[in-house]
Amino acid sequence: MNAQAPALRDPRLNRPEPFTPPLGDGGFFQRDRSIHPPAHAPGYKSSVLRSPRQALLSLENSVSEITGPVFGHNDLGPLDNDLIRNYAKDGDPVGERIIVHGRVLDETGRGVPNTLVEFWQANAGGRYRHKKDTYLAPIDPNFGGCGRALTDDTGYYYFRTVKPGPYPWRNYVNSWRPAHIHFSVFGSGFAQRLITQMYFEGDPLIPVCPILTTIRDKDALDRLVAPLDLNASTPFDSLAYRFDIVLRGQRSTYFENRTEGN
Amino acid sequence: MPQPLNYLKETASQTAGPYVHIGLIPAMAGFDIFEKNFSNVLVTPNTQGERITLEGRVLDGSGTPLRDVLLEIWQANAAGRYNHPADRSAGALEQEFRGWGRAGSDFDSALVTFETIKPGAITDKAGRKCAPHVNVWIVARGINIGLNTRLYFSDEEAANAADPVLNLIEQPARRKTLIATRSERAGKVVYSFTINLQGPEETVFFDV
Repeated sequence: MNAQAPALRDPRLNRPEPFTPPLGDGGFFQRDRSIHPPAHAPGYKSSVLRSPRQALLSLENSVSEITGPVFGHNDLGPLDNDLIRNYAKDGDPVGERIIVHGRVLDETGRGVPNTLVEFWQANAGGRYRHKKDTYLAPIDPNFGGCGRALTDDTGYYYFRTVKPGPYPWRNYVNSWRPAHIHFSVFGSGFAQRLITQMYFEGDPLIPVCPILTTIRDKDALDRLVAPLDLNASTPFDSLAYRFDIVLRGQRSTYFENRTEGN
Repeated sequence: MPQPLNYLKETASQTAGPYVHIGLIPAMAGFDIFEKNFSNVLVTPNTQGERITLEGRVLDGSGTPLRDVLLEIWQANAAGRYNHPADRSAGALEQEFRGWGRAGSDFDSALVTFETIKPGAITDKAGRKCAPHVNVWIVARGINIGLNTRLYFSDEEAANAADPVLNLIEQPARRKTLIATRSERAGKVVYSFTINLQGPEETVFFDV
């Protein structure tokens, strides 16, 4: 990739040093469900028949939850994090060239190293390369719309793509999704597994999106909006947006030397 | 004011949407892009243990099977050992067996299938034996935050009866929602399951 993002200084100057509670059972911090969308969110109509109605059964984390799949560079190809090149047939895809970069952290503030981050999106016209998408905007012959990266040992990831377009969808008759990129992140244990969406600073569709507004906590919603990061853009080439992702924190194990990553 | 704790907050979940295949199983979206792909086949020719097929559907509150759902499973190997450094149990590790796979439901039949092996019993931190099980994570359009559940095996009656997680389920009838049923088809062992998102047979989902 010829638009490699430069090394970055962490802009959050007041962020404390990472601190992991040393006493615990190796389990993850209890998930704060108030910052997540509820399963049943009637404004997002598809959730009505697809949301459990019984209480979730709370489970103390056992080895089944604190472990999870491990991935490595052998799982990836060299162009996997370059959506401008990884499906190009006879030229670059149409659209605003952007770099998306950030860190995967846990709730203690520590970077999550060597974890798999996958992303997918519509093309610049708001059309997905998917056999079930019938939106009238054209497919871009040079754009697949997916990629993946492994975080480095500080939790940093980056990829290059074109900015996705907004598109209409069937919820209300005039519902439009703000431009967004889907993210899938693993973490070190299966209980950290997370899928989310990244939005773009300044998009006027954000406050009226029936999916985004399933999140009731305004701060949690704001944390899904990536700011423009001019410092990381490549002059005469690509703008950059920064998107940090926070996974659940983890306690260390009682009376044992700290495990890897703690 | 007390000292601030300064923990960060977890990033909020959002639905995987109807086009989740593009990112996670591009072949199902209808194109080929990556050199290496993840799949629903967990086994290699060298994997130890009994070959099994897990096969099931996910039903919505009207009983309609989801045709755009994605499942991931995470399991121990036949010796009951997870392929992860935090599992320090005694069972032999098999480096080639990652223990993880993902599958989308078929757009026509709505079936989700995995080719794997039956995991061994797990020993938990308190030294208790836990019945063999597969951990399941479910995402789809309309599911705002991934759902966690487990699959246990119908031929493990004694182990299931003693399993500490199954016994946490207050209503015995609801425990059955986590049991996959063993059968044989053309000489292959198949465990069938149904995950009900709602209704009187609603599957037990966990806050892990």
